[in-house]
Amino acid sequence: MAVFGSVAAIGAGLAVLGAGMGIGRIGGSAVEGIARNPEASGKIQTAMIIAAALIEGVALFGVVVGMLGASE
Amino acid sequence: MLAQRKVILMFFWLFISVFSTARANDSEKLDIMHHIQDAHEWHLWGGHSNPTSIYLPVILIDNGIKIFSSENFYHGIERKVVVEGGREEVYWEGVGPASGYAMMHEKIYKLNEGKLTFHGKHASNEMPLDFSITKNVLSLFIGAVLLLIIMLSTASYYRKNGAVAPRGIAKFIEPLIVFVRDEIIKPNIHGPKHTRYINFLTTVFFFILINNLLGMVPVFPGGANLTGNISVTLFLAVCTLIVTLLSANKNYWKHIFATPGVPLALLPIMIPIEIVGIFTKPFALMIRLFANMTAGHIIVLSLISIIFINKTEAWGLLSVPMALFISVLEILVAFLQAYLFASLSALFIGAAVEEDHH
Amino acid sequence: MDLVTPSYGLLFWTGLTFCLLLFVLAKFAWKPILKQVNERSKKIDDALKEAENAREEMKALHSENERILKEARAERDAILKEAKDAGTKMIEEAREKAKLEGTKLLEAAKSAIQSERNAALSEMKAQVATFSVQIAEQLVKESLTSEAKQQALASKLAEEIKLN
Repeated sequence: MAVFGSVAAIGAGLAVLGAGMGIGRIGGSAVEGIARNPEASGKIQTAMIIAAALIEGVALFGVVVGMLGASE
Repeated sequence: MLAQRKVILMFFWLFISVFSTARANDSEKLDIMHHIQDAHEWHLWGGHSNPTSIYLPVILIDNGIKIFSSENFYHGIERKVVVEGGREEVYWEGVGPASGYAMMHEKIYKLNEGKLTFHGKHASNEMPLDFSITKNVLSLFIGAVLLLIIMLSTASYYRKNGAVAPRGIAKFIEPLIVFVRDEIIKPNIHGPKHTRYINFLTTVFFFILINNLLGMVPVFPGGANLTGNISVTLFLAVCTLIVTLLSANKNYWKHIFATPGVPLALLPIMIPIEIVGIFTKPFALMIRLFANMTAGHIIVLSLISIIFINKTEAWGLLSVPMALFISVLEILVAFLQAYLFASLSALFIGAAVEEDHH
Repeated sequence: MDLVTPSYGLLFWTGLTFCLLLFVLAKFAWKPILKQVNERSKKIDDALKEAENAREEMKALHSENERILKEARAERDAILKEAKDAGTKMIEEAREKAKLEGTKLLEAAKSAIQSERNAALSEMKAQVATFSVQIAEQLVKESLTSEAKQQALASKLAEEIKLN
């Protein structure tokens, strides 16, 4: 049981790792985009937040599964 | 150099604290989980032996409506059982009006011949319909009343003064409402159709926002993990789903059942995917809000718990500033999640009412 | 697993509260607030437009004023010039007239003086003639009273004639 919890925690960590990389790339690209085209910063920001939220949603699935594993 | 050393030292402490948390016994782990879940009491202060709590009414539907205070459980008979896996669990047998029922992990069971029977780790007794005013329900009411007070006083300001520049509370609320309309609804739902969804989306935004913020207040009127409860986010997500489906036009259904530009042979694969897609979007909304708020509460509670796990106030020097930092971050998250929920709902609705461009 | 199991009690209360909130807020908060906000933004737009119009009008009015002022100034200048001209003319005329009058007067005076003089001259002439006659008479009377004198005169006259 304890082993399962730990494995789930590693899984959650991996999910967060992937999401972190994804959101990092989105943030980086958005900053680059704003630097190239400062007038479009509003639109880029909105798109960035929505994309980050979608990725974050996937990561949170992983975290929730991890939590479930830990509480089981 | 000194600052760098400080940062390294802090990380070292954090590392130790994480290990200490890992070493902590089950009851403390349970405490955090207990705090983020619903309860039939509102615990104010005091430990396990002498708690000061607000005992909330329990409402059961079991051959008629039964209403009594949850004190009848918390001050009832404490029973201990050993469940499968050798773990000892505690449940409360009700007294007075609550006799015949038992509460275990905030779930109410009907006693079968005066006892709970266990199937594996869980009690297998019958469960009466539980419509209790729990901690989350009370928090929901408080949030609703607060929201009504704020919004109606804003509206009354305009009723009294007409179309003038806002002052007082209206000065704070009006930009938020205009933000929801101009930054969330208008960019996602094109054309004059957006006015139909202003009521729903604005209510969703402020409902989530006020409950998120209320959840960050550590003392009585706040602190309930309402928006981090799956029931609440489920309801909100279902609302979005229903609104999306009810307002969907022919174009939307065409994209699902006969996606333009897709060969006919692929349709048997595409249609199930599209149908699943209808439900995964609100499902993601539900999980996102739930997981974000719950995670925030868990982090803050974990940081505060470090003090109690190590049983030294000195740990407060580390855990309190970090909890403060996370709390401030959570205020940002409170706004962000309200924005995201409303924004993505608007996006889904907007996709459903979009006219054909092909 | 408890964490992700919805409880219908909370679901029910959430649904009830949310629907009530949606109803009350839609009717008594969002609608009036957004109505006022829209009205205000319309009011501000109108006010801006009005201000723009007023500014245009002011500009027009200003140029009109300027024009009128210019005209008035020109008229004033014209009137002043006219008046000045008239004055100069009048003065000129008056001067001419005065000059003429003066000349006339002078002429008259001159002629009067001339005639006076002529009269005086003629009178004087007459007077002188009378005096001369009288003197001559007396002289004659006196000189001719004695012989010697008559002689002397005669000689003197004779001498004078000689000398001449």
